[in-house]
Amino acid sequence: MADNIEITEEFKAVVGVQSEPWTHEVTTTSVRAFARGVGYTDPVYFDEDAAKAAGYRSLPCPPSYLGTPIFIPGKSNDTFSGPKNTGPSLNHGLKNVLDGGTETEYFDDICAGDILTVTSCCADLSIRESKTTGQMLIVTSESTYTNQQGKVVAKQRGQGLFY
Amino acid sequence: MPLDWNSFDEGSSLPELTKNPGVSQLVKYAAGGGDFNPLHHDFAFPQSKALGSIIVHGRFKYAALGELVSNWLDHGGRIRSLSCQYRGMDLPDQPMTLGGVVKRKWEENGEKLAEVELFVKNAAGKNTTPGGAVVVLKD
Repeated sequence: MADNIEITEEFKAVVGVQSEPWTHEVTTTSVRAFARGVGYTDPVYFDEDAAKAAGYRSLPCPPSYLGTPIFIPGKSNDTFSGPKNTGPSLNHGLKNVLDGGTETEYFDDICAGDILTVTSCCADLSIRESKTTGQMLIVTSESTYTNQQGKVVAKQRGQGLFY
Repeated sequence: MPLDWNSFDEGSSLPELTKNPGVSQLVKYAAGGGDFNPLHHDFAFPQSKALGSIIVHGRFKYAALGELVSNWLDHGGRIRSLSCQYRGMDLPDQPMTLGGVVKRKWEENGEKLAEVELFVKNAAGKNTTPGGAVVVLKD
């Protein structure tokens, strides 16, 4: 268990710094793969005719899905699939991570065929005591998703719990 | 049937959704969502061993709450916001019941809105993943 985690000046300097942009693709295959992973049976997420009959341009993104990051070996994180080294990182040395929470705000629809440009930043740092894991460093990150027309279509905030 | 504005009130419950993801389902979720953390499929991974099991992705539960809201709307509206907190871990091959209650229903700037409170109850009845959503209904 970690104890005495300290939010150093070096950590604080990372807060608010925007990452380099990277690309998420939304394709018919990626929407189906996500919907299948969740266990949807609604044909709107699998069948383009059903999606169009329901009023969408193509298969819509299921809630929480915001496209799949383009994966390039060596440039992408092999575990979490996002890009590596697009912004400053926190060298906290904590090996374990749990997910604390997720919040997504939508400003427009997102469908197969869309290409989203994503930037993220560390929005907040805090420390929490946990009975099971000891001290945890709570890293709140915020990502902004902009479509191929230049419109911000979603913002997502998430909390990583490092211990 | 797409959700009708007149078919629910504050206090109405959303139709519940049951999930019982095993390792195979979590592997499909990993492939679809891109999170290949071994904590969600590899029992030999040190963190899995320390916790006594692999655990269900928090994001799987978040996405399943999204499915619950999507099923309720049945494309009669769109989700404006969706959130949850991962307060407790869920284990594979354990039934979980997802549900929600309408907390607020109102009209604003010509839009028909509803706010719902969401839950994921484990087999012991504990809400491991409280959440919420705001939806906008079609006219």
